[in-house]
Amino acid sequence: MSAVAAADRVVDDVAETSGGTPAGRDSGRGVHGWHQVPFWILLSFFAVLFIYPFIWLVSASFKPRGEVFDNRLIPATFTLDNWGQVWRVSPLLTWLGNSGLVGLLAAGTVTASSALVAFGFAYFRFPAKNLLFGLVLSTMMLPGMVTMIPVFLIWKEVGLVGTQVPLWAQNLTGSAFYIFLLRQFFLGLPRELFEAARVDGCSYWGLFWRIAAPLSRPALIIVFIFEFQASWDDVLKPLIYLGNKTDLYTVPIGLNSLFVKYNPIAGGEGDFQYIVTASLISAVPLILIFLFGQRFFIEGIASQARKG
Amino acid sequence: MATVSAAGPALGDDPRRTRARAARRRKYDPRETRAAFAFLTPWIIGFLVFTLGPMIWSLYLSLTRYNLVDSPQFVGLKNYKRMLGEDPRVATALFNTFVYAVLYVPLAIVVALGLAMLLDRVTRGAGFFRTAYYLPVMTPGVAVAVMFSLLLNGNYGLVNRALSVIGIQGPQWLTDPAWIKPSIVLMSLWSLGGAIVIFLAALKNVPRELYEAASIDGASSWRRFRSITLPMISSAVFFQVIVLTIYALQMFDKVFVLFGNPGSQTYAGNSSLFYTLYLFQQAFQKLNMGYASALAWLLFVIVMVITVIQVKVGNRFVYYESERK
Repeated sequence: MSAVAAADRVVDDVAETSGGTPAGRDSGRGVHGWHQVPFWILLSFFAVLFIYPFIWLVSASFKPRGEVFDNRLIPATFTLDNWGQVWRVSPLLTWLGNSGLVGLLAAGTVTASSALVAFGFAYFRFPAKNLLFGLVLSTMMLPGMVTMIPVFLIWKEVGLVGTQVPLWAQNLTGSAFYIFLLRQFFLGLPRELFEAARVDGCSYWGLFWRIAAPLSRPALIIVFIFEFQASWDDVLKPLIYLGNKTDLYTVPIGLNSLFVKYNPIAGGEGDFQYIVTASLISAVPLILIFLFGQRFFIEGIASQARKG
Repeated sequence: MATVSAAGPALGDDPRRTRARAARRRKYDPRETRAAFAFLTPWIIGFLVFTLGPMIWSLYLSLTRYNLVDSPQFVGLKNYKRMLGEDPRVATALFNTFVYAVLYVPLAIVVALGLAMLLDRVTRGAGFFRTAYYLPVMTPGVAVAVMFSLLLNGNYGLVNRALSVIGIQGPQWLTDPAWIKPSIVLMSLWSLGGAIVIFLAALKNVPRELYEAASIDGASSWRRFRSITLPMISSAVFFQVIVLTIYALQMFDKVFVLFGNPGSQTYAGNSSLFYTLYLFQQAFQKLNMGYASALAWLLFVIVMVITVIQVKVGNRFVYYESERK
């Protein structure tokens, strides 16, 4: 499938919202009515496997210290203590704030910069274009570990190790995967729009800012939430750059430090009820984003299937 | 491609441009070129400062001994010799990582494809199930590791309790060396939703007429799967194999939480030492920056070689839609 067609498909799909597959497509494929029951049973079995750990976690977060491991679905002794105490035994609220701030900066910067670069590759004709775009694609293959040490040394040189800046600032320069994704999207926009605007005296910047960017809102939102999630999940960068400054910790390494503190295997005190509650809280913001922005997620991920 | 026409000529394929291109191949509008590079500036700076420069620097560092305090000392190929011959931990870490990848990738593909095909068959409730399967992806890797360390606890974890109900004595998942990698595979499989959604989208793109024609010809459902479904979604499967392999070779967050914290019982013992964990320890805990750089290059070469092999093998089997005409 050509890149253009792929981009166009993404445009169509996002425009028509994810819930529906094209009309008539679905109706004849599946089995009907009662014949679906065996499939439902199988699907439900797996749904329980996927969901049950969450339910276990929610339930355990309402159990007192000694009962976390009783594996009852309904707590024998129901308590709200963990939810009240977890904020006091750890700076969890600060960590959530840090993760939110870093996530917004990381996602905002990468969306803006990747969109600029992607538009550069999508609209203009210039020498060495294919070579440069090939370079963009090839950097996608590079394991982050290869550049990790020198990049650390750069941030150390400018005195920013021990701050949160290295967690997001590299995103100012765009990211290969998102550049690729957004370029596909821009390539699908009708060229006449841009030429008409040029005739009316619109600047190149205007083409991007007044036409390409507004028309690509769904794609930009996809990039933004993907990167927010990636930033929220990231362990390596906070580990490397934040050291033992617990006030600057993001949620994952904060949670890890709680795990070390309370897990007896790691020499801790055995307060699993806090570990459980903090784990659950760490997942809540992303789950909310997912439930509200589900169509963007599903479309964004599904569009990768059409890359070939 | 039929889909393009609806929106008129798209940015990428203006017919006039294509025609004119041959004629003025080397003539570019300097104004346009300048503007283009202005748009590319962020990436160009990033490529030089955060990719190309660091790669060269890393190559140099891999030939030195460097502990962050003293300036790097040139030692030639010593790090590479140590890595490939004298340090048994490297072989251990590579072995563990490969075992994990070899278990995880095929299982992930089969399970995700199976679930996607089930989802493709139902009309009602598909949205609900898709959400259910995707929710774990939203859970941070650290939280997944923490949660599974409790669920997989050998003595009172939920998994072993459930197994004992059906009369199976569950293993010590996270402390028995033989079970550590299967445990990590298990917790990685929990976050499989991305692959399911990708496969589902690929399945929905298979033209229904093909199935109808095959049914009329009396093809069995296995035959339809072998001869229609699999070829039509092969590019999506292929892409997932590559992506999941690269991901598996660089698995870090879960093993770090479970085995990488100094003081944890199994602190990167032989069976829990994954490659990226070893690299991280060498770089940021032992401050062997030179040696760690050599380790990073080995990882790079391994990822490259495996990907190239996969692409070579894959191209023999993958059916691309664009070749259909």
